[in-house]
Amino acid sequence: MAAALLEVEGVTKRFGGFTALDGVDFVVRPGERVGLIGPNGSGKSTLVNCIAGTLRNEEGSIRFEGVDICGHAAHRRIRLGLARSFQIPKPFASMTVLDNLCVPLLYAARGHEKLAPGRIVEEAMRILGQVGLAGRARAMSGGLTQVDMRKLELARAMAAKPKLLISDEAMAGLSASEVDDVLALLYGLKEQGVAVIMIEHVMRAVMKFSERIAVLVAGRKIADGDPQSVVGNAEVVKAYLGE
Amino acid sequence: MSNRIFAVVTLTVALALAAVTQLIPNEYFFSAAYTVLLFVILATAWNILGGYTGYVNFGSAAFFAIGAYTTVFLYNAFRAPLPVGIVAGTLVAGVAGLGLGYLTLRLRGVFFAIASLALAVVLYIFVVNWDYVGGARGAYVLQPRDVPFGLPRYIHLIYAVQLVMAAFALVVARTIERSTLGRGLAAIRDDELAAECSGVPTLKLKIFSTMVSCALMGMAGTTFPYYLSYIEPSSAFSLSYAVNSIAMPLIGGMMSWMGPLIGAVLLGSVQQLVQVTVSSAWNLLIVGVLLVLFVTLAPNGIMGWVDAWRRRKGR
Repeated sequence: MAAALLEVEGVTKRFGGFTALDGVDFVVRPGERVGLIGPNGSGKSTLVNCIAGTLRNEEGSIRFEGVDICGHAAHRRIRLGLARSFQIPKPFASMTVLDNLCVPLLYAARGHEKLAPGRIVEEAMRILGQVGLAGRARAMSGGLTQVDMRKLELARAMAAKPKLLISDEAMAGLSASEVDDVLALLYGLKEQGVAVIMIEHVMRAVMKFSERIAVLVAGRKIADGDPQSVVGNAEVVKAYLGE
Repeated sequence: MSNRIFAVVTLTVALALAAVTQLIPNEYFFSAAYTVLLFVILATAWNILGGYTGYVNFGSAAFFAIGAYTTVFLYNAFRAPLPVGIVAGTLVAGVAGLGLGYLTLRLRGVFFAIASLALAVVLYIFVVNWDYVGGARGAYVLQPRDVPFGLPRYIHLIYAVQLVMAAFALVVARTIERSTLGRGLAAIRDDELAAECSGVPTLKLKIFSTMVSCALMGMAGTTFPYYLSYIEPSSAFSLSYAVNSIAMPLIGGMMSWMGPLIGAVLLGSVQQLVQVTVSSAWNLLIVGVLLVLFVTLAPNGIMGWVDAWRRRKGR
């Protein structure tokens, strides 16, 4: 087994008296495709926020490639190669689609991948081509459709040249064929050796995509294993369907 | 146009303009132009933080006054000449901006605006009670009898200086706007969290942009005590600086360096005109009316309107 890329150990996050995450352990190996599922409010997004650095966990440790990143601000984590997309798209609305990608290319990707200034736009266009937004490169990102905004959200995370990409419900509200588009995109990342954590309610997509699935319920991880065994797990069924 | 060429062209134009306008016989021109240029610098400076980065600073008057009172202090202490006052005032205002940024930029949106306003009030009270720089009585800063470059009066000199400083402020603003830094600032303005998660060191960039913005505001104030030879707190901390430095970029357009320039020249000139022809009390009323008009009719200012028109034409 390869050394872990991301190691989350005993992470606890409280909001006042409410414990959103309670001693969560979670490991991702390089190039692995992991699904993270759980009912609404189970702490999936909180876990993502703790990993990406937009929230600070009170207890536990988070290591990325063996480095403890708990004290790192979010911008330093993405520079190490830990990118995330947002559940609710957050485009830089005053910029064109192309410029949206230039931000992570300039600020994050340049850290570990030498990109000459002239190649930034070229690289941005290449990524836009991958997600099927090349035709909208000069459009203002604030005016995109919801589907295109989700693609842009993924493209922007990809532009940071991550080693681990966390996709936070990139497929919510997409049609079946659009889900397949996004899935193809994420499979493409696997070929480039990028590990992916997929948070999703679209079960068809998660089951198809994931090599391993972790289940969070009320801030605790109750199952972690290959998709078939997780779906058969009695506790998981109980959490989703009740007794 | 590259930054260097733009800098050379802008400064050359400013110097040429300063030289040619010396031939204007009307003394009032220099006084009016000085005021308009002062607003060009203030608006440009405000826009670096307000327009590029998206943080509204209500304390422009405070930084303007820091520049002005640094000149007064150095004049009282060492009879320091104008260039020393300019450099020192810019630096002191920059350091004050750094402090404001460090203390308050963890606050977002309206809370930062309130904090900046509070700073202005605190500084005002501080200066009113500081006897060395004149306190509430005000202080005299005598214009040197010998005016360099063979200029007839001192106002001619500080008008020229203000013109060059305005050009400098524009060069700084445009350089920031076109740089990687400018792109990072724009990302912060659009969505701070997404910017941080795209690798932009948001806190560092915000503090830097506050520092530059405040330093330039201070620079605008350094010549002010010489303008009237007299300065007192309520004129240095006047509400009109805070209001105008917000209104001018809003009217001109906040996305580019040209917006504040256009807004300041337009609004500043109108105010000067009204001051002479109608009454000085109408100034802020005009700002208010124009502001309401623009916010409703052209929310992205004159430049935003021009951009939209260009895009339509381009299609």
